[in-house]
Amino acid sequence: MLPLALTGRQYVAAAYLVFLALVLLYVVIISSKIARIEREVDTLAELADKRAR
Amino acid sequence: MRSRPLYGKGLRTLSIATAVTLAAGFGLAFFYAPLEADQGVIQKIFYVHVPMAIVALCGFVAGGLMAIQHLRTNDRAWDMRSYVAIHLSIVLGVGVLVTGSIWGKASWGHWWQWDEPVLVSFLVVFLLYCCYQPLRFSISDPERQARYASVFAIAAGAFVPINFAAVRMAQQEIHPRVLSETGGSMPGEMRLAFLVCTVGVALLFVTLWKLELSSKNASEQLKRLRRRLEDTPLEAAAGASAARPPVVPARPTGGD
Repeated sequence: MLPLALTGRQYVAAAYLVFLALVLLYVVIISSKIARIEREVDTLAELADKRAR
Repeated sequence: MRSRPLYGKGLRTLSIATAVTLAAGFGLAFFYAPLEADQGVIQKIFYVHVPMAIVALCGFVAGGLMAIQHLRTNDRAWDMRSYVAIHLSIVLGVGVLVTGSIWGKASWGHWWQWDEPVLVSFLVVFLLYCCYQPLRFSISDPERQARYASVFAIAAGAFVPINFAAVRMAQQEIHPRVLSETGGSMPGEMRLAFLVCTVGVALLFVTLWKLELSSKNASEQLKRLRRRLEDTPLEAAAGASAARPPVVPARPTGGD
């Protein structure tokens, strides 16, 4: 029989991995949105500058 | 030409503080807090599950308070803050339900207990807030959308503490009560690790809240910039070029 320190370690790992995965997924989704917006803002700003010249 | 970064003020500092606090909290949980005599290492799930639950419920209430501010001031920024807080709390709610189920399976041998008031009440709150987004996006008029969403957020936000109090008064089944009047039966080391983890998850919530607000603000700015460009005829733009400085997107506030 396994001691208490070892029993159910896979459940603990799974719980912490769920937390990590949720946070990472959220950050990746929001960061990709921001990166896309930054690219679009740059394009529009360039376009506006060209039109203003 | 490259615009300035679209992230809100202080986000980098906040991100570092969050990472340090969470790492410290989990480090304390695994290497400083003693093993629980009954559950052993399985009890370590407590340090991620309970802080997420507390922060998610506080996030729902905060969303309601921000919605009150929106209705009082009619400032759309408060509606956006409320929306992001609720959205983030739903994400944490998913984490609470999944980690709770894993803990339940490890500890009780079941993924879920339908006769346990704490579990079912959290599920009810979670499902209630799952209705928030469909309600919000079913209304096309932005003014009405913001107003209805705020009313929902206030009503649901008021339900959270009532629900919490009702669960406290209900008969305890197998789920332990963490925030008891006696301060629980945690030894000092466990309590310290738990507190640091809770502060870490709270900081994580604020960081992600600010990050998503930055994204929303930037998206709004982009829409405005695009409208401005579409509304300005080529000739008018050329005529005004001498008088107007080049268009540079302003930096969004990111909820500051």
